[in-house]
Amino acid sequence: MAESIVVDQVSKVFTMHYHRTLKQKAVASLRRLPLNETFKALSDVSFTVEQGESIGLMGLNGSGKSTLLKLINGVMRPDTGSVLARGRIAGLIAKGAGFHSQLTGRENLYLNAAIMGLSEAETDAKFDEIVEFADIGRFLDVPVSHYSSGMFSRLGFSIAVHVDADVFLADEVLAVGDRPFKKKCLVKMQEIRQQGTTIFYVSHAAASVRSMCDRVLVLENGRLGFDGDVAEGIRYLHYDDDVESDDEESLEDEELGADI
Amino acid sequence: MSNASDQEHPLHEAVIEEGPGRKPRGRKRARRLARKAASMPVVPAIGEPQESRAVEGPLQPPTAAGGLVGVLQRRWLLQLLVRREMAKRYSGSFLGLLWSYIQPAIRFGVYYVVVLGLIRKSQSVPEFALHLFCGIVFTHYFAETVSGGTRSIWANRSLVDRTSLPREAFPIASMLTAALHTFPQLVLLMLVCVLVGWQTDLVGIVSGVLGLAIVVIFSTAVALFFSAVNVYYRDFQNIVGTLTQFMHFMVPMMYPVTRVMAVSHSHPLIYQLYMANPIAEAVVLLQRFFWFGSIQANGERNPSTAFPPGMLERGAITLVACLILLWFAQQAFTRLEVKFAEHL
Repeated sequence: MAESIVVDQVSKVFTMHYHRTLKQKAVASLRRLPLNETFKALSDVSFTVEQGESIGLMGLNGSGKSTLLKLINGVMRPDTGSVLARGRIAGLIAKGAGFHSQLTGRENLYLNAAIMGLSEAETDAKFDEIVEFADIGRFLDVPVSHYSSGMFSRLGFSIAVHVDADVFLADEVLAVGDRPFKKKCLVKMQEIRQQGTTIFYVSHAAASVRSMCDRVLVLENGRLGFDGDVAEGIRYLHYDDDVESDDEESLEDEELGADI
Repeated sequence: MSNASDQEHPLHEAVIEEGPGRKPRGRKRARRLARKAASMPVVPAIGEPQESRAVEGPLQPPTAAGGLVGVLQRRWLLQLLVRREMAKRYSGSFLGLLWSYIQPAIRFGVYYVVVLGLIRKSQSVPEFALHLFCGIVFTHYFAETVSGGTRSIWANRSLVDRTSLPREAFPIASMLTAALHTFPQLVLLMLVCVLVGWQTDLVGIVSGVLGLAIVVIFSTAVALFFSAVNVYYRDFQNIVGTLTQFMHFMVPMMYPVTRVMAVSHSHPLIYQLYMANPIAEAVVLLQRFFWFGSIQANGERNPSTAFPPGMLERGAITLVACLILLWFAQQAFTRLEVKFAEHL
């Protein structure tokens, strides 16, 4: 198997600008307030992913998961270090990106697919499959402003999973929708995984990660705290928290799994 | 299926469970569910062994590369972006696409009345309406490209923030949208010229090609640069309006270029500055192609039908300068785009 993603000593610093206008800036500098402050979202993160691996990316809110995902997706460049990837990358970050409310579902489908890198012929070939998965039926030729938020989201997800990417980036927070659809999405992701696509799955739900991934990365304040086995990774993450409540939490997750 | 989403909201679900005879930990569970609204179901892995997927191509940075050239190769994407741009622009307006003709038409009417009726300075310009129309078409294109382009990245920030599309695609799409809007005006201009009795010569054709190339390349360069700067300082979209308004008076359309040539001896600096404006130079060249082509046949000649000496040479130099400018704009864009994510 070949390397799919190589992240080498990556750091990313954000500069937060407190003051936008000239007046604000002048006042702030007179009062000797800071004009901007830097924030290190990722520091010295390195790992290698083989093609076909399924990675669970975990960590508390603000630990740098989204930043890392954006770097792998090519939305941003790292400040230092390098991110390299092989093949086509698609992900739920771009789910529904560029949708315009005045365009119909069909037009948005083509646009979003093109944004994800599909050619006209490729989109044509997958069109029926995408529409069927999205389950929007007769709403296909209606402007998406008339869609329910669920339909909107389903169409976006459906395009993203049909891109036939070599690397698939899934952000749980973005996989909104009702429970049956969430399940359908995860079934589809398992399918994608089985086809040998590298998967990056960002999630807080331990049980879901356990079923989806074969390796876990844990980010802590922008550093890579853990890289390895799934069960150990989940345990690692829980050590940082109150042990009791976490046991409960994982219990809840298992329960949620059993609900369906 | 479409209305199932509101039934399945975790909070909703939890509230039901709080009722009599429900799970004893319902309240606690409700709080927990509300906190992690996105808890995910569990789906077991497919039993079959994983297929191995051979991915061709080298390991490379996932960020878009290729700049302008790369963007122009992705025609399908550009086509869809332009279509979206059009839909966006006229969404909810009754007259829709007509607006891009009403505006120049009104402007034409105002200028025509003011210049011909009140100032009466251009009496001597034969076919003054054509002279004016020719100028308006191209300054309109410039204004559309620059104002649309300047806003483009900011307006598409949701895409810039979430995809690895080459960022140059947005100003380019604005430029193409402007071209699409201006094209029917160009056809109309040509049609009127032909009706008046247009004919051309080699100088005319060279002028036309040079002029068009200068307008397109200069507008693109300005749009590209401003689109990036506008992400940092949103002031630029305000400056641009003034700049494009100014441009109407800075090109020979309400007055013949001979009036500018007249000051070349007394104020050579002003003359050089005026002619250094690529749009002014381009409009001079395009007047040579369209307007002069139309009066050529009638044999109408008067002092206002002359053109600046060395017009073609200057045009060629301007074109090269614009290409260099475009290159610089691309370089600046590449530097500025690194920090886009922080400013959007």
